Amino acid sequence: MIHGNKPLTKNLPALPIYLDYQATTPTDPRVVEAMLPYFTEQFGNPHSGHHAFGAAAAGAVETARAQVAALIGADPREIIFTSGATESNNLALAGVARFQRNLQGDRKTHLVTAATEHKCVLESAAQLEREGFAVTYLPVGRTGLIDLERLAAAITERTVLVSIMAVNNEIGVVQPLAEIGALCRARGVHFHTDAAQAVGKIPLDVEAMNIDLMSLSGHKIYGPKGIGALYVRRRPRVRLAPLFQGGGQERGLRSGTLPTPLCVGLGAACEIAMREMAPEADRLRRLAARLHQGVVRQLPDAYLNGDPGRRVPGNLNLGFPGIDGDRLIGELKDLAVSSGSACSSAALEPSYVLRALGLDEAQARASLRIGLGRFTTEAEVDYAVERLVAAVQRLRDGPPAAAIVPEGADAPSAPVAHR
Amino acid sequence: MDRAVYLDYNATAPARPAVIAAMARALALCGNPSSVHQFGRTARRQVEEARERVAALVHARPEQVTFTSGGTEANNLALTGTGRDRLVLSAIEHDSVLRAAPEAEILPVSTDGIVDLAALAEGLGRDPRPALLSVMLANNETGVIQPVAEAAEIARAHGALLHCDAVQAAGKVPLDITALGVDLLSLSAHKLGGPQGIGALVVGDDLALRPLLRGGGQERSRRAGTENVAAIVGFGVAAEEAAAELPAQGRIAQLRDRLERRVRETAPEARVFGAASPRLPNTSCFAWAGMPSETQVMALDLAGIAVSAGSACSSGKVRASHVLRAMGATVEEAGSAIRVSLGWRSTEVDIDRFIEAWSGLVTQRPNHRSDRSSAA
Repeated sequence: MIHGNKPLTKNLPALPIYLDYQATTPTDPRVVEAMLPYFTEQFGNPHSGHHAFGAAAAGAVETARAQVAALIGADPREIIFTSGATESNNLALAGVARFQRNLQGDRKTHLVTAATEHKCVLESAAQLEREGFAVTYLPVGRTGLIDLERLAAAITERTVLVSIMAVNNEIGVVQPLAEIGALCRARGVHFHTDAAQAVGKIPLDVEAMNIDLMSLSGHKIYGPKGIGALYVRRRPRVRLAPLFQGGGQERGLRSGTLPTPLCVGLGAACEIAMREMAPEADRLRRLAARLHQGVVRQLPDAYLNGDPGRRVPGNLNLGFPGIDGDRLIGELKDLAVSSGSACSSAALEPSYVLRALGLDEAQARASLRIGLGRFTTEAEVDYAVERLVAAVQRLRDGPPAAAIVPEGADAPSAPVAHR
Repeated sequence: MDRAVYLDYNATAPARPAVIAAMARALALCGNPSSVHQFGRTARRQVEEARERVAALVHARPEQVTFTSGGTEANNLALTGTGRDRLVLSAIEHDSVLRAAPEAEILPVSTDGIVDLAALAEGLGRDPRPALLSVMLANNETGVIQPVAEAAEIARAHGALLHCDAVQAAGKVPLDITALGVDLLSLSAHKLGGPQGIGALVVGDDLALRPLLRGGGQERSRRAGTENVAAIVGFGVAAEEAAAELPAQGRIAQLRDRLERRVRETAPEARVFGAASPRLPNTSCFAWAGMPSETQVMALDLAGIAVSAGSACSSGKVRASHVLRAMGATVEEAGSAIRVSLGWRSTEVDIDRFIEAWSGLVTQRPNHRSDRSSAA
């Protein structure tokens, strides 16, 4: 439970209710507690190995590295700390592509990714296109899954990297990682997965899934913002051109002073996730089902975007025919939900992820992302159902005469037609 | 480690108590600044308030501040972002500048550690292509302050842009981006008592910048990635405190001068680098040829005193400092230099304990000293 204002009565949860766990998660108090000593007494630069302050920081960083590695079945030496998943994804795509072109010239200049990837993968791919690389953007089916046969057909002699996200940030769909990994391995192509939304929520194993590079983020798994990691396989070795040059930290792949407290926080978050993942996944599946069923019981035409079975626990993306999602959000003042990705450029356009599923613009705009997580309670879910249903019904019935004039920053500035 | 003496502030400074308190509060809140709901708007407000504080430290406007993951990223963004492919750097720049531009033209410095402005004017005039010049405000190893405003005039006369790595100078000397006349300025929070993992590139008006990290369009599309809210908050508090404490730098300078007096008393043959130049008040870098730097640093560590043999960054590898070599130091001289850097928590007791331990090293080595003088 994330506290906003005090609850009005004993039966009400504290408001507003945070239901946007795909945008960011609260930092677990246990994580903050683990971080604090590294701000105060153990504040050294982890690269100052020649004195006790630096050595203590370096030791903490290495413990964190091992905690991150353990969660995904990697060796600690395969973990590169970054400032977050955006940097990890930029480093994975540009790093592999540029290194291989430097090594092999024009023989390796093709990448494969999917239309529903996070903006930072798509924008990295677009930049590589400007640098002369070719990129295939795989479509997805109505459920949001890629087609393995299309992937197999897209890989050519020139392909250097396949980048397919583990879990989509808007619709929560889990891609068939093991199958993609096996296919890439058989074809001799590196496989990168953006696992920012997957790590700590579903079991991941870089060995069993033949993953060569994996991006992860602290603030999506109850760790701090500003820290993430890129897993880079050692055997067979994946080589990268770094994005940041300088002091040569992180084996030369990522220069810059490592932020010890943030590394410690990411490690602690991974350690907690590893221990609590299975029971927490069950709990979140039950809560999400409760929310979904509660809504559909009263709004039978509401539908779920994305595959109903192959999705991460805690994500719901619901469509409400005829409703404008942003308007709906405006009605849900005490529920923090979103109409899609939180990225600043995404706010005004309908979701390209939902459009890629085959939804038309109106359908894409009629959708709401609800993210449940570690601190979500049953009482919050029940309250959310009540408010959500009431808001949709209110919008469908048309506003009462007094409410036609928009009020507040969140109200639409133009009149909306009601059918 | 409460009895240990920390004199390695140029590597990283302990976070200020107000910074830690503000960050702990920020970490207890949840919200992505790009989210439109109340949690997101609260996070956004925190980021923008901190941006104002960081901007105030360098007398810039908030919208000129782009937050990065630290000084290294800020320097890399500056050097790659302007699209200029002719790069001119001073020989004493930090590795995150030098290595980001491996094909750059390098400007020499004097034996006092100051960039050669005549060489700059001559170099810029030799080639008509518009250049990007990078000159740091103060060197991280010697603390020598560079004539950046003069370099800016020369750069402007030749149509060059000027980037200034102010990572070590910020919070130690007054900073005004307009008075300096620079187009791009790098900052790092953890050098001034803020958290590690956050920095900024301050960008002049109307300068288009190509991003290094692409994605969600944060930071006016100059730097993608969810903003590191708690660290940004901490950076803001540190910037404000550091700016307010600038007058207290006089105390730091007195401590540093006391240290250097005692060093000279103990070993009159020691060379203090940049002693004749304007320097940061907190930094002292000196060579005493009786013992390799690494040995001195390790012996001091055993005595509970943390100093360094130069830059902290170079992944454990021991090399002769490129900064000291550029100032004309011999390999032996550079290899026997140590850097002592003070900060907001340093006291007279720290200096006395350093001197006590370091004098012990010097006086224990009479043979070395006589060997050295007979060899000289």
